[in-house]
Amino acid sequence: MLDDKDRIFKNLYGIHDWGLKGARARGSWDGTKEILERGRDGIINEMKASGLRGRGGAGFPTGLKWSFMPKESKDGRPSYLVVNADESEPGTCKDREIMRNDPHLLIEGCLIAGFAMGAHAGYIYIRGEFIRERERLQAAIDQCYEANLLGKNNIHGYPFDLYVHHGAGAYICGEETALLESLEGKKGMPRLKPPFPANVGLYGCPTTVNTVESIAVAPDILRRGAGWFASIGRPNNVGTKLFCVSGHVERPCNVEEAMGITFRDLVETHCGGIRGGWDNLLAVIPGGSSVPLLPADLCNDLFMDFDTLRNLKTGLGTAAVIVMDQSTDIVRAIARISYFYKHESCGQCTPCREGTGWMWRVLSRMAEGRAQKREIGMLLEVTTQVEGHTICALGDAAAWPIQGLIRHFRPEIERRIDAYASNPHSDPVPVAAE
Amino acid sequence: MSVRRLAPDDVQPKAFAFTAENVAWANQQIAKYPEGRQASAVILLLWKAQEQAGGWLPQKAIELVAEMLGMPRIRVLEVATFYTMFNLAPVGKYYVQLCGTTPCVLRGAEDLKTVCQKRIGEQGHVTADGNFSWLEVECLGACVNAPMVQINYDFYEDLTPESLNKVLDEMAAGRVPPPGPQNGRQLSAPLGGLTSLNSPGLYDSRPSNAGAALSDADAKKPGAAANVTESPIPKPPVADASDPRQK
Repeated sequence: MLDDKDRIFKNLYGIHDWGLKGARARGSWDGTKEILERGRDGIINEMKASGLRGRGGAGFPTGLKWSFMPKESKDGRPSYLVVNADESEPGTCKDREIMRNDPHLLIEGCLIAGFAMGAHAGYIYIRGEFIRERERLQAAIDQCYEANLLGKNNIHGYPFDLYVHHGAGAYICGEETALLESLEGKKGMPRLKPPFPANVGLYGCPTTVNTVESIAVAPDILRRGAGWFASIGRPNNVGTKLFCVSGHVERPCNVEEAMGITFRDLVETHCGGIRGGWDNLLAVIPGGSSVPLLPADLCNDLFMDFDTLRNLKTGLGTAAVIVMDQSTDIVRAIARISYFYKHESCGQCTPCREGTGWMWRVLSRMAEGRAQKREIGMLLEVTTQVEGHTICALGDAAAWPIQGLIRHFRPEIERRIDAYASNPHSDPVPVAAE
Repeated sequence: MSVRRLAPDDVQPKAFAFTAENVAWANQQIAKYPEGRQASAVILLLWKAQEQAGGWLPQKAIELVAEMLGMPRIRVLEVATFYTMFNLAPVGKYYVQLCGTTPCVLRGAEDLKTVCQKRIGEQGHVTADGNFSWLEVECLGACVNAPMVQINYDFYEDLTPESLNKVLDEMAAGRVPPPGPQNGRQLSAPLGGLTSLNSPGLYDSRPSNAGAALSDADAKKPGAAANVTESPIPKPPVADASDPRQK
C-alpha cells in the first residue's frame, strides 16, 4: 500500500482547508520560484525523467508533450496552456475532487506547466455540470491573484494569467480539439489532426491540452524529484494515480494509490471488497466506460497499470474502475453504455453518428434475447467498421465496450437468444430506424 | 446525437434583456479572451441568460447574445442546441437531472427514476405548481457517490428512494436540504472511516516535501518511503512577500 507521505492529494476527501493557507501548510506554493529558475529545459527534462504518463486516458508521456511546444514564437503567435477539466467519462470522478478540495495543486501546476511551454495565459475548461467546483476553483484563483502568485507582475517573475472557462454538457468536449473548438465559441466538433494543437491549437496558436491530474501532480514531482516519482509503481508505469472505484463494491470511493497496485488489493484495502465476496465478481471495467471489460477470471492477479491492461486488450484509461457482481445484467449494462455514446456522438462523422445508434439498438434487442445468433458476428463487424474510421476516438470508445462484451460474454448473449426463441412470442411490430 | 428544437412560439417571451448587473458581468467575462475572440464567451453568456430567464433559454435571449458578441444568429443557435445543458423549454423551479448511466444504474438509479416518475410525472413535464421537472441525463461525474441527482446547481449523492423522497419533500416545502452525500459520508471517502490519509502526524507539521527541492536521482525500491533518508535541509525563505512565514 502506498505510504501516506507519498500521497500527493492530501486533501482528497475535503476534510482540511482547501484555501491558500491550508494548501501552503500541505506544501503547495513552496519554492515555486526556485522550480521556475531551473529553466524550461530543466523542468521538461525532470518531467521526462519522472516517467509521468498523461492521466487523461491515452497515457502519453507528459514531459514529451510539453517539449513539442515551440521554443520561441517566430511569427508573434502566443502559446496557450489549456487544462482539460471536462471530466465526463462514465465512472470517473477524480478531477472533481482535485478542483474542489485541492485546487492549489492544480493552479500551481498551471503556472509551472505554462512556464515550461512558454505560455503566458492558461484556460481551465471545466464541465458545465460542475458548478460548485467551478466556484471553488475560481475562488482559489482569486486567492492566488490576491497573494500575487499569479498575474502580470507576480512574485515568481513570470507573467501568467489563468482563466476558468466552462462547457454546458457535452462529453465530446473532453476530446482535446473539440475542447478547443468549444473554447473558441463553437459547437464541440473535433478537428482533423494534423495539424496538432502544439502547432495550431486555440485561436490558431500553439497550445497544449493536459488533463487536471497530470498538471496537478507536476509541482510535487518537481519538488520531490523525478527519482521519487519514478520509484513508485512498476517499470514504465510509475507514480501515484487516483483510482475511482464505483459499482458493486461494499464502499465505493476515490483513492490515490501506487500505479500497478493489484485490483484485488485496491478493492479489498479501500473498498471493503466485492459486494457478496470475491467469488461474486462477474466483470470489471478497469478504465472508464470506453475500455473493454474484463471477466472475473482475469482479475485475480491483475496489475492496474497501462501496459498490463493493454496486453489484456483493455486499458487503464482514466483508472475509473467499474465493478459488476453476479447480479448484473451484463448485456444491459453495456447496452446502457452504448446509449451513452449514441447520446454523446457529435454527429460529425457518419460511422459514429449512425453506428452508435445502430449498435445500441441491436444490443438492446440482444439484452432481451430478441435477436439472431448471426447478428452477434454482424455487430462485431460493425464495431470494427466504426473503430478507426472517425475523426476522433469517440467512435473507438463506442466500439470497444461492445467488442469486450462479445469477446468475453458471447455465450451469455447466445443463451438469451436461445431462451427467447424457446418461448412463444408474437412478432414485434417493426419500427423504422430513428 | 439528440434532436433539440426551440420551444413553440406560444411559450416564448416577446423580449429578453440582461439586467444591468448581468451586462457588467458579461463584459467582465468577454475580457477574459483576447481581442476579437469574444465569441469564446458564448457559452458563459448563454448560461447567464438561462439563469436569468428562470432555468431555460428563450429564443430572444439567444438572439441577444448573438448581438452582444457580434456573432451570426445561426452560430449561437447552433451552440444553444448542441450543448444539452441549455434547456430550450421551461423547467421546474427545482430541476432534477437524474444520472442514468451504467455506474449509477449498478447502484440503483432505476429505483430513483421510479420515484421521479411517480412524484413528478414523465420526463420534461413540469408539475402544475411549477416546482418540479426531471430529466434522465448522462454521467454527471460523481460515480463513486452513485446513485445521484443534480438539482439546480447542487449534487445530491448516495441516494436511496427514501432519501430522494426526503430531499424532494423538503424542496416542496420550500427548504433546500444540504447537498452532497445523503448517507452521512465524507464526500468521496469510503463510508465508515478512512483507509488512507489517516497516518498520525500527517498534517501536524509542514510536510517534508515542503522543504528543499530533493534531487536524489537514484530510484528507491518500490514501497520504500521516499523521504526517509533525506531530511530536507531548511532553506532560507524565498523572496516571497506574501509568505506568512516572513511576516
